[in-house]
Amino acid sequence: MNRLWRFAGGLRLAGHKRESVMGGVRQLPTPKRVVLPLQQHVGAPAEPVVQVGQTVCKGELLARAESFVSAPVHASVSGTVVAIDNYAVPHPSGIAEPCVVIESDGEERWWPDLKTPSDPATQSAEKLRELIRAAGVVGLGGAVFPSAAKLGPPRPVDTLVINGVECEPYITCDDTLMRSRPDDVVRGSAVLRRIVAAQRCLIAVEDNKPEALARLRAVLATLAGELDVSGIEVVSVPTVFPTGGEKQLIKVLTGREVPVGGLPYEVGCVCLNVGTAAAVHDAVYTGRPLLSRLVTVTGPGVRHPDNFEVPLGTSVSDLLAAAGGVTTDAPELIMGGPMMGFSLPGEHLPITKASNCILVRTDSASKPAMPCIRCGSCASACPMQLLPQQLYWHARGREFDKLTRYHLNSCIECGCCNAVCPSHIPLVDYFRFAKSEIADQAYKRERANESRIRNQQRTERLEAARRAAEERKAKRKAGRKRAAEPAPDAAASAVREAS
Amino acid sequence: MIRRSQSMDPARPVGNSVSRVMRTVIYALLPGSLLFIHFFGWGVAVNIALVMASAWLFEAVMLRIRGVASGPFLGDGSALLTGLLLALSLPPLVPWWIPVLGAFVAIVVAKQLYGGLGHNPFNPAMAAFAVLLIAFPRELSLWAAPQVLQSHALSLWEAVQFSLSGRLPGELVFDAISAATPLDKLRTDTGLGRSVADITQAAVFGHWAGRGSEWVSLAYLAGGLALVGLRIVSWHIPVSLLVTLVVAAGIGQWLDPQHAPGVLVHLLGGASMLGAFFIATDPVTAATTTRGKLIYGAGIGLLIYAIRTWGGYPDGVAFAVLLMGLAVPLLDRHALPRVFGARPAGDERAG
Repeated sequence: MNRLWRFAGGLRLAGHKRESVMGGVRQLPTPKRVVLPLQQHVGAPAEPVVQVGQTVCKGELLARAESFVSAPVHASVSGTVVAIDNYAVPHPSGIAEPCVVIESDGEERWWPDLKTPSDPATQSAEKLRELIRAAGVVGLGGAVFPSAAKLGPPRPVDTLVINGVECEPYITCDDTLMRSRPDDVVRGSAVLRRIVAAQRCLIAVEDNKPEALARLRAVLATLAGELDVSGIEVVSVPTVFPTGGEKQLIKVLTGREVPVGGLPYEVGCVCLNVGTAAAVHDAVYTGRPLLSRLVTVTGPGVRHPDNFEVPLGTSVSDLLAAAGGVTTDAPELIMGGPMMGFSLPGEHLPITKASNCILVRTDSASKPAMPCIRCGSCASACPMQLLPQQLYWHARGREFDKLTRYHLNSCIECGCCNAVCPSHIPLVDYFRFAKSEIADQAYKRERANESRIRNQQRTERLEAARRAAEERKAKRKAGRKRAAEPAPDAAASAVREAS
Repeated sequence: MIRRSQSMDPARPVGNSVSRVMRTVIYALLPGSLLFIHFFGWGVAVNIALVMASAWLFEAVMLRIRGVASGPFLGDGSALLTGLLLALSLPPLVPWWIPVLGAFVAIVVAKQLYGGLGHNPFNPAMAAFAVLLIAFPRELSLWAAPQVLQSHALSLWEAVQFSLSGRLPGELVFDAISAATPLDKLRTDTGLGRSVADITQAAVFGHWAGRGSEWVSLAYLAGGLALVGLRIVSWHIPVSLLVTLVVAAGIGQWLDPQHAPGVLVHLLGGASMLGAFFIATDPVTAATTTRGKLIYGAGIGLLIYAIRTWGGYPDGVAFAVLLMGLAVPLLDRHALPRVFGARPAGDERAG
């Protein structure tokens, strides 16, 4: 495979990757306390199956996934459940959500029920999917969509894309993962390819990560004797933000465009992150659920930037302390990268399955926004070929029907428009707000519709009951009448009915 | 389609700013402005100073009246740019109240009353120029000749005096230092039945299109190309405007070689270059989509040709820009790009 495609727009950004790539992974000491949100994924929150005061082991199930698009939560340390309550979770709104809090006993006792499954090569796709689901694996690129739900595409696919692009500046956790555990990435990818029954599997890495590319290729060669790696290929893609976006990457690798409002399987693809592939490896080879993830701690405001293996639920403050602390009194903490991340209101928030990076900025002074001068820089940078200047106009005017017609829902919130805007307008903030307003309106409309239908049904029911009662009454009356003066042919009709 | 590297803030990348855009455009106008002064005398410099200063003052006053924090806006350079564009459209020698009134119309009426930066529906410099041209046709049509053709080149002091008092030094009369512009002369003389080849023999025509002014146009072209190279201006509007103008002029000349001015006269003789790169590309009043820009530019090119050929004025850049400005809301609605993942263009349209 040698042909690559391009998508419109995008930016070449200063990478700032070197600051945090120290070559290895630093282990975080076992945290004293972890706060595990019941919803660290897209979909329905998990249902807790433990009680306050209960002793739990590392890897023990804390909360069950009850619906198809959901993921279970497991204990990332051994210890005692001290609370199941609402705690602040990392979210742009600073919202509080149900969490299980575990006080660690520091013993790291593993749950005895964890079984090492048999060789994945001998298991059915169905069984593998179940293992992945039970392990709580979600998309670790940041979208946290429950992986198992992606692995049963309603139509056959020909291409599995493993996304190691990591195009956002500063973040290096995927790079570090590919360097330190390339064999797990490849094994996980092979398993995934078998599950989705794709002819080929493309592991895509931006060309600014030559070492990751080299290690993956070397591992692919050595594993060739051991497992079926035919059709698996490591592909170097040009460094352009946001190539790591699912739709952009599929376009770059295959030339196919995921339709507006559609999903990758519609163009024969399934796309998962390299971190997800490694988590899949852990789930099917070792039976271990997803208990920790790699997190990059970086930025000008942190003393020793590095990549850490962090137990889920660890406080951001513990992580910052492990990185030598911050260098400024008023740091701005960003979860994610400079393009797509969001500001954290404080540092006492848990690391979740979605947390790929803590970026510490020294200055939070954003430039004052000027009026839009309609220069169209945003439109030429937009990788979805949208018109951010028009969307901004209609978002300000709260013209939601126009926003829908200008394809607001296609916006991937990559931040390219923000980056190039000469008026420093926080366009993506407007778009996020408008999207949530539209969703809210749709929800309200649906509720109103439901109650309207319910009311209509009730009226119809009452009406039917009234009519039935009337009919009965009329019949009774008629019956009485008939009984009083029997028709001359009554006997004949009775005979007819009997025959 | 990939944009080149931008200078980026370490954490949150910032590519550009309004003031940087405006400043860069002003710098790109400098070569043309200096040549304009060089060929047409100090009067041009007086105009530039008067319009820019009064534009800035009107902006400050209006921001104050509107109760808008003036700091970032006065520093954005947009009023200065508007002033410069208007000054470069004026004849070299006009009484002081023409530039000041022009700045008033541009900044107060055409820009601030509509809501200031980013909200004006019409190009402020061109709106002001059109108002002046209609209200004061005499002042706006008396053009000083290129200095080499004048019997006496005014000094800076004499130019200032003329601006303030309307008096020329000594016995000098205006006719001695004025001349019809090339486009004006072509218009009048072809009307008299003379052939283009004959008319363009006159000294005012220079090498290709106009003594002095052709070099000013070339300097605008150079500055404009620099803006395109710096990605301050996208190529779509200037290219579609100039290509349309060339095609129209070419067809015109092919149909009537006797009386239709040549392509070079259309390109370099009037305000085509200034219009194509600096006026039609004003982002606030131009179409914003790629297809919209191409249509917008082509429309202006066609209108410039039409006004010059059949209209009541020798040049038509201002009216062409204002007329196509009327079409911008329509273009923004209908000349839409294909969204990623949408069916081929034409199927899926916002409206």
